[in-house]
Amino acid sequence: MTSIRIKRPPIALVLPGLLAALTSIAPLAYLIDIASDRGLNFVWAEIWQQRTFQLVGRSLVLAGSVSIAAVFISVPAAWLVTRGDIPFRSWWRVLLALPLAIPSYLAAFAWISWRPSMAGFTGAFVVLTLVSYPYVFLPVCAALSRLNPAIEEIAVIHGRGRSLQLILLAARQVRGAIATGALLVALYVLSDFGAVATMRYDAFTWVIYSSYRSGFNPSRAAILAIVLVLIAFVLLFGEKILRGQNESLLSARSVDANPRHRVSIKPVAVTFLTTIIVFALAFPIWRVVTWVYRYGSEDSMADIATALWHSVYFSALAALATILLALPIGILAGRYPSRSTSLLEQSTYVTHALPGIVIAISMVFIGVRLLEPIYLQTPLLVIAYVALFLPVAVGSIRAAAEQIPDSLDEISRSLGLRQMAIVRRVTVPLLAPGLLSAGALVLLAGMKELPATMLLRPTGSETLATRLWTYTSVSDYAGAGPYALAIIVFVSIPTAIASRRL
Amino acid sequence: MTNTSTLLVDSVCKEFRRQQVLTDISFEVPEKAITAILGPSGEGKTTLLRLIAGFDRPTSGTLALHGKIVSSPEIHLPPEQRGVGIVPQDGALFPHLTVEENIAFGLPRHQQGRVDEMLTLIGMTSQRSSRPAQLSGGQQQRVSLARALAPSPRLILLDEPFSALDANMRSSMREEVTAIIRKTESTAIIVTHDQEEAMSISDKVVVLLNGTVAQFGSPQEIYENPRSAHVARFIGDANLLSAIVDKGRAFHAIGSSPCSSSSQRVIALVRPEHIRLAHDPQDGHAGVVESRSYFGHDGTLGIRLATGEIVTARLPISELADIGSTVFVASIETATILEN
Repeated sequence: MTSIRIKRPPIALVLPGLLAALTSIAPLAYLIDIASDRGLNFVWAEIWQQRTFQLVGRSLVLAGSVSIAAVFISVPAAWLVTRGDIPFRSWWRVLLALPLAIPSYLAAFAWISWRPSMAGFTGAFVVLTLVSYPYVFLPVCAALSRLNPAIEEIAVIHGRGRSLQLILLAARQVRGAIATGALLVALYVLSDFGAVATMRYDAFTWVIYSSYRSGFNPSRAAILAIVLVLIAFVLLFGEKILRGQNESLLSARSVDANPRHRVSIKPVAVTFLTTIIVFALAFPIWRVVTWVYRYGSEDSMADIATALWHSVYFSALAALATILLALPIGILAGRYPSRSTSLLEQSTYVTHALPGIVIAISMVFIGVRLLEPIYLQTPLLVIAYVALFLPVAVGSIRAAAEQIPDSLDEISRSLGLRQMAIVRRVTVPLLAPGLLSAGALVLLAGMKELPATMLLRPTGSETLATRLWTYTSVSDYAGAGPYALAIIVFVSIPTAIASRRL
Repeated sequence: MTNTSTLLVDSVCKEFRRQQVLTDISFEVPEKAITAILGPSGEGKTTLLRLIAGFDRPTSGTLALHGKIVSSPEIHLPPEQRGVGIVPQDGALFPHLTVEENIAFGLPRHQQGRVDEMLTLIGMTSQRSSRPAQLSGGQQQRVSLARALAPSPRLILLDEPFSALDANMRSSMREEVTAIIRKTESTAIIVTHDQEEAMSISDKVVVLLNGTVAQFGSPQEIYENPRSAHVARFIGDANLLSAIVDKGRAFHAIGSSPCSSSSQRVIALVRPEHIRLAHDPQDGHAGVVESRSYFGHDGTLGIRLATGEIVTARLPISELADIGSTVFVASIETATILEN
C-alpha cells in the first residue's frame, strides 16, 4: 500500500544530508585525485612492482591467518557458552567479548614490551587474533542460540555424543555466521594500524604510513591506499553477500534458549575459556598495572590530565558533529525511504572500507591543498573523525527512525503540523535516547583512535593515544604506563559498558 | 449540495498498483451527526478514511469539505490544512509527551483553558501529567479523542477505535465516546467491522462491501429494507428464503408477500425475531427442530422446513421446543422481498 512515506523530504534535511555524504566521499575522491596526479602510467608503474605484490601478500597472509586463528578460538568458545554445561554462562559470554574494547596498539605494546622478540609477524598475529576474535565469537554465539537443539539430540542418540563431534556438527550448521565473522576479522586486520606499527610488520597500513612519512611521496601513499581500499571493498562486499544468505539459512525464530542436552566437560571447558581471557584481557591489563606500579609516572599529573582533556575535548566535538550530520541522513533514510535517500545513506558507508590511516592521510592532503587555514587545527581533526564514525551513527539512527510508527506522523499532520515541525516536535525527541548512546560510542571511539589523531591533531595538543604512541615507539614503559592505564579506565571499560547497552 | 453536509464524497475510486480497491464511492456525511462506515476487514474502509484525511489521493472522483473541494485528480489539500481530526485504532499517543501535552499538541499555542476543558470532558484531570505508557487502553483512546477534538476540527475520523479494547470495556467506551461526540456537537465518521456497533451509535451507516457502497442510510432503514441479500446477511441475523413470484405476490416456505419484481425467482427476508410458533397446525408451516441455543433472556431454534431450508427463530424461553420435535412456523411480519 502506498502511504504518507511517498512524499518529498523536507529540504532542511536534504541539505545537511548532502553535506554529510560529501564528508564521507571526499577522502576517497581526493585520494583518487592525488594518486592520478602524475598520470595513469605512473599509477600502473607503481602498482606493477614486486614490492607491491609482496606487500599485498604479506597483508593477506596476516589477515588470513588471524581469521583462521580467530575461528579456531571462537567456535569452540561460542559453543561452550551457548551449549556447554559450564558455570556462569552469561558472564563468560560478556568477558569473552570484552577484548574488543582494548586498542590494538595498547595490546601490542603489552606483548612486545614483555617479549621484544615477538616483533614482526608473530607479534602482529598474536595481538590481532586476541583483539579481533570477538568479531567471530559474537555472531557465532547469536547463530548457535538460534539453532534447533533437536539436531544435537539426534546426534547423541546415534552415538555421536562426544563433544568434539558435537562442536563440528554445530560449526557446520552455523558456517554462514563463521564466514561473516572471519571476513570482519580480515577487514579489521587490513585496516589496523596500531598493532602492525608497534610490531613493525610491513603490512599495508604501516607501509602506507612510512611512505607518507619518509620523503613525502604522496602519490605512492595514495596509490597503495587505493589498492588497500579496493581489497577492503571486496571483503565488505563478500560480507554483505554472506550475511544475506546467512539470514535465509537461519530461522529468526528463537528456539529453546535453554537446550536440554548439555555436554559436561567442565574442567577442560573452563580451562580453555580462562586461557583466552587471560591472554586477551588479563595480560594487557596486568602489564599496564605493573608498569605503573613499578615505574610510577614520568610525566606529571598535569600532563596526564591535559592529555585526557584533549582526548575528551576532540572526541566530544566529534561526537556532536557526527550526530548532527548523521541525524538528517538517518531520518531521511528511516522516514522517507526512496532510491535517492538510500543512495545518500549508502554513500556514508564508503568510509567503512577506508582504514583510519587512509582517511587520515587523505585528510592531510585535503588540509594541505584545500583547507590550509584549518590544517593541523581542531576543525580538520573533527572532520576526519566524522568521516570515520559517520557510518556507525547513521546506521543506528536510521534503525531507530524506522521504529517510529507512521501513524504518529499522520496524526501530527492531521493536527496541522508541517513536515519540519513534525521532525522537530516528534521525530527528534523520540530519537533522543538513541542519539545519546550513539554519541557516547563516537566519543569513546574518538578517544581510542590513533592514526587520524596522530596526523591531524593541532600542533602541541597531545591526547592519551598519541602520548602512549610516542612513549611506546621508544619503549619507555615509565612514560607509557599512566596513559595506557588511563585508556583502559576511561575508554575501554566505558566502551564495553556502552556497547552492551546498545 | 446541501448546507447541512460536512463531507461530500462523490464517485470516488482508488486503485493501488492497478488493483481497484474502492469503486464509485458516493455518500454525504451530515453535520453534527455520527456516520459509520461499516464493512468486513480488508474491504477498503481504512483506504477510504485515508482519502478523507488527505494521506492518499483518489484515482478519480472528488471529496468536498463544507462545500470546498479538497481532493480531486487535480486538487489535493494536504492533511495539515484540512482540519480533520483522527483517532486511530491504537490511539497513537506521542510516547514522549504527557497526557496534557498530547492534548495540547494540535493547538496553535498552549491554551491551558482548552486543555483543561478537554481533560474534564474525558474525565482525566487527575492524570494530566501521566505518560501514555502508564495509561490503560481505554484511557489512551480517551486522550486520543481529546487530542483530536481540542483544535475543534470540522470532522473527526475514528478508525476502529474500540477494537483494541477487551469486550467488557468496549461497550462502556462506546457509550462514553458517543456521549462526548454528541456533547461537543462534533461531526464524526467511525469505521468499524462490528455491525452492532455501527447500528447502535450512528445516525447514518455506509455499508461498504467489495469496495463499493452497498447501501447508505439510517440504521433502521438498512435493517428493515436492505437493498440486497448480501447487506441483509451482513446486518443482523437473516433468514433468506427462496420465493417464486406469481401475479404480484412472492410465495416462500412460510408465507407470501406483495412483490413488484419482474423476475420469477426472488429472495424473501424474514428476521428471526419475526418468526413465531403456531399452536394450531392450520396457522403455520410444519418443520423439525434441528438445533437449539439458549441465551438466557431468550433463545433460538433452527428449524428444517418441508422445502429443506433451515430457518432460525428467536423465541421466548418458554417456547423453545426440544430437538427432534415437530413445530409449526409462522411469520408475524410481511417478509421483505430482495432481488436474487
